[in-house]
Amino acid sequence: MPLDIPSPEVAYGPISPMLLVFGAALLGVLVEAFAPAAKRRVLQIVVSALGLVGALVATALLAGTEELVFNDAIAVDGPTLFLQGTLAVLGLAGVFLLSEQSLDSSGGAVVSKAAVLPGSREDVALAEDTRIQTEVYPLALFSLGGMMLFPASNNLILMFIALEVLSLPLYLMAGLARRRRLLSQEAAVKYFLLGAFASAFFLYGVALLYGYAGSVDLGDVFDATGTAQSNEALLFVGLAMLAVGLLFKVGAVPFQAWTPDVYQGAPTPVTALMAACTKIAAFGALLRVLYVGFGRTEWDWRPMLWAVAILTMVIGAVLAVTQTDVKRMLAYSSVAHTGFILIGVIALSPDGLSGTLFYLLAYGFTTMASFAVVTLVRDASGEATHLAQWAGLGRKSPLVAGTFAFFLFALAGIPLTSGFMAKFAVFSAGVDEGATALVVVGVVTSAVTAFFYARVVVLMFFTDAPADGGPTVAVPSGFTAATIALGLAVTVVLGVLPQPVLDLAERASQFAS
Amino acid sequence: MADLPWLTVLGIVPLVGAVLVTLVPAGREVLAKQIALLTSLVVLAGTVVMCAAFEPDGDRFQFVQAYDWIPAFGVQYAVGVDGIALVLVALIAVLVPVVVLSSWYEADPRAERLPAEVGASATTVAGSASAGSTSAAVTGAGATSTRVGGGTAVLDAPAPPPPASAGPPAKRSVKTFFALLLVLETMLIGVFAASDVFLFYVFFEAMLIPTYFLIGSYGGPRRSYAAMKFLLFSLVGGLLMLAAVIGLYVVSASQGEGTFAFEQLVGLEMSKGVEIALFSGFFIAFAIKAPLWPFHTWLPDAGAEAPVGGAVLLVGVLDKVGTFGFLRYCLPLFPEASRILGPYVIALCVIGILYGALVAMGQKDLKRLVSYTSVAHFGFIGLGIFAFTTQSQTGAVLYMVNHGLSTGALFLVVGFLIHRGGSRLIPDYSGVARSAPLLAGCFLLAGLSSLALPGLSTFVSEFLVLIGTYTRYPVAAVLAALGVILAALYILLTYQRTMQGELRMPAVVGGVMRDLKLREVMAVAPLLALMVFLGFYPTPLTDVINPAVEATMQDAGFTDPAPTQGDGAVVGSE
Repeated sequence: MPLDIPSPEVAYGPISPMLLVFGAALLGVLVEAFAPAAKRRVLQIVVSALGLVGALVATALLAGTEELVFNDAIAVDGPTLFLQGTLAVLGLAGVFLLSEQSLDSSGGAVVSKAAVLPGSREDVALAEDTRIQTEVYPLALFSLGGMMLFPASNNLILMFIALEVLSLPLYLMAGLARRRRLLSQEAAVKYFLLGAFASAFFLYGVALLYGYAGSVDLGDVFDATGTAQSNEALLFVGLAMLAVGLLFKVGAVPFQAWTPDVYQGAPTPVTALMAACTKIAAFGALLRVLYVGFGRTEWDWRPMLWAVAILTMVIGAVLAVTQTDVKRMLAYSSVAHTGFILIGVIALSPDGLSGTLFYLLAYGFTTMASFAVVTLVRDASGEATHLAQWAGLGRKSPLVAGTFAFFLFALAGIPLTSGFMAKFAVFSAGVDEGATALVVVGVVTSAVTAFFYARVVVLMFFTDAPADGGPTVAVPSGFTAATIALGLAVTVVLGVLPQPVLDLAERASQFAS
Repeated sequence: MADLPWLTVLGIVPLVGAVLVTLVPAGREVLAKQIALLTSLVVLAGTVVMCAAFEPDGDRFQFVQAYDWIPAFGVQYAVGVDGIALVLVALIAVLVPVVVLSSWYEADPRAERLPAEVGASATTVAGSASAGSTSAAVTGAGATSTRVGGGTAVLDAPAPPPPASAGPPAKRSVKTFFALLLVLETMLIGVFAASDVFLFYVFFEAMLIPTYFLIGSYGGPRRSYAAMKFLLFSLVGGLLMLAAVIGLYVVSASQGEGTFAFEQLVGLEMSKGVEIALFSGFFIAFAIKAPLWPFHTWLPDAGAEAPVGGAVLLVGVLDKVGTFGFLRYCLPLFPEASRILGPYVIALCVIGILYGALVAMGQKDLKRLVSYTSVAHFGFIGLGIFAFTTQSQTGAVLYMVNHGLSTGALFLVVGFLIHRGGSRLIPDYSGVARSAPLLAGCFLLAGLSSLALPGLSTFVSEFLVLIGTYTRYPVAAVLAALGVILAALYILLTYQRTMQGELRMPAVVGGVMRDLKLREVMAVAPLLALMVFLGFYPTPLTDVINPAVEATMQDAGFTDPAPTQGDGAVVGSE
């Protein structure tokens, strides 16, 4: 068979959101190379913000598009645009958190030289070094660009490339924490190694599926599942390996082991970006693979995902109860939420799809803002993330503690918050499609998650501060304040008047194929 | 007049009041209390007008409003009250001003602290001041401590405060306390007014949060344990109900348009298995809330640790959501399952009546005692509801109101006593009546109402429940009647031990106990007056309740067993 590689027709319009973000990232690299050090930070913030706002505007202008471009490699459709728009806004919030300078005494949560041996004299000096690391902006933008491409990929090779583009900068950024360097480097190495394994699984799965379908295009895979003569073993093993790669990224059990360590070790702004955005992108890709590529073979993967969803909910919720660090607790809570979102994925219906999209948006904003609050609580050695240190925070700073309590109630799914509406959306889609048992597990584990969220509230409001006065609540600049306010607004509005966004998600719940 | 969106207005007023209370500048706590009191009185006035405009013989649901809220889920903002919901809304409207008035100094660190706590809170204040806290009321502490010795206070403690004892709650915001009370009032009105199951669920869950903070921030020494227990019990029930609510929606969607509207859900066809599963989801949530034995274990803790005002609302109204839910949702939506499982529920109720009464007798802690008496009383209410006769259900609804009044009054008086004596334990008190006859009298009246003495309102309801139950479940009625005797024991024994005999007080009081002050009398008097009034003349309530109960019975397809000596209408037409 002669090798026939058609040259793709370039459609700039439909991919403009990604082009803008990647363009801003490249511009950021140039700024890093040519701009004077004193001006880099401001320039980087402006470039990043412009790129992300541009991407948001572009997704808004593209609304309603439903087409496959680049030889069917990229699908620009409802889910893609919905998630890209969400990622643009959350990315902007993440960039804001990275730009915060008034919290840490030496300015910024990111260390200027990440490769120094932890514990060495140079490393100790770095903690108070006021030089600012600005390469983190283009890194974040590259990662965000990859995240935007991930759910848009209609071609498994392109999806792999997107996976790597989003992951590699994150591995680096996880190691950049200014304080507790050893923990941060450990997180980066762990994330990199496990992530590399997951990528390898993904790639191997792609190879097997190519063997099965003779194509890496999701549409062709779907067509191949309709014919009987192909080798089914290749399909099952290939899909399973593909799923390993994707489930690793969403943080589902048994591929969740990296989550607590990485969430804890990474600089909190990076954790926020990772927790909110990676999950959105990876679920987008998972949805596309399952709905577009394997919609016909649902009986082959559904039982597996059932098991994964139940394990994810139960283990995430139960292990979260034992955590004593607020970042680790939020990490396990994110695992539990992965399980809840999987219910929407498993539903495999338009309601399930729109419910999942809504959940991702609601969860993204609440999580981003929760981690933003975590950056505010500090003692002399940096962020005070041990839960015992949060005792009595409600009286020291009722506003901050109250906001955090609200986010926790949203994560617990109390009515009049976005978390409740999101849970309702995926649960009702699940029951509608016969996943009642799954929903019952979801409901019971929700009660368990409520326990550890409420425990933090008990600490903050009902317990007296430790004898030494405990950590203080730092006053943030407008960057962090804006992020928290945005998260709060979205959490309230989606909890009280969710209809417009539900409509948006419903209109977006159609994959192009 | 009836065209006004009464329920929405009544729901919003406390919310506005809560916002105003939080906006009061720091250091003006008195203003915050005045706003709270005024707001609750406005709601009371509005409720009185609304009750007057309610036509007992008119439509079943009145003051109805329905707007699309979340069309994607088929959810409406739909409110409307039948007679049952109306009397419960009225109960809230009566109790909240009472609670505000009785809690005037509840959250106040300065004016009326228990002697043992004065020293402690003073040191806390000093400690936080030296730590550089700029918290608002700290500055006021010095100024008002002079007032303590003057007019309003009950303290006979010597001027230099005794050394700090362990674990008193540190200073809490007064404004927040009253704001939470008002938010809770909004939620409670909403939960009874909702005629959309989703909306009901939203209020049902959301009201946990203000209650949780009321118990956890303003409660007794074990407050955070009690708050956590309350929240978890309620949430587990609530989440099971969420699953059932979703299931109900899916069943309705399978037969046409998915909906949460109560009136469209009544009479929904479903298989027996599904019906029992959905019934159980709702039932467990309500049984935890009510609380029925064996789901009651959170109540003694929450009731004992909650601040008195919080306890009154918790036991007086919030728990009624459970029994209201039985009557409004469990029976009409799942008649078949109710019929199958009803006898088992009856058994739980009877156990609850006897168990609650027996355990109450063994309590040393006054607030726990009142909480356990409520477990017994909720058994009576459940018995009335699941006996499926018009009489027993009318009695049960009356019981809900009367229990709110009598237990509310009992909690208040006990709160006054504890406030003076600084102890919650029965053995610490003796002969209070000699020193504070008014207090003892109020205690006796509230207690007699709690044991259903004829002439007081609870008698009417307990009697109706018992004769209504007898026509269907004679054994259950006989066993439950034993509870009446036990009630006499635990109330009168407690009265005898604390109020009569030699005057003996906890040491801190110094041998003298002041009688009730005007503010306290004003708080408790309306409840006592209502108890006596409704004891002799329950007709206004029964007139309103009867049609609603009959409609419920009809929805659920129940008929009174024949032959009967009379029916519920007799009571209504007296």
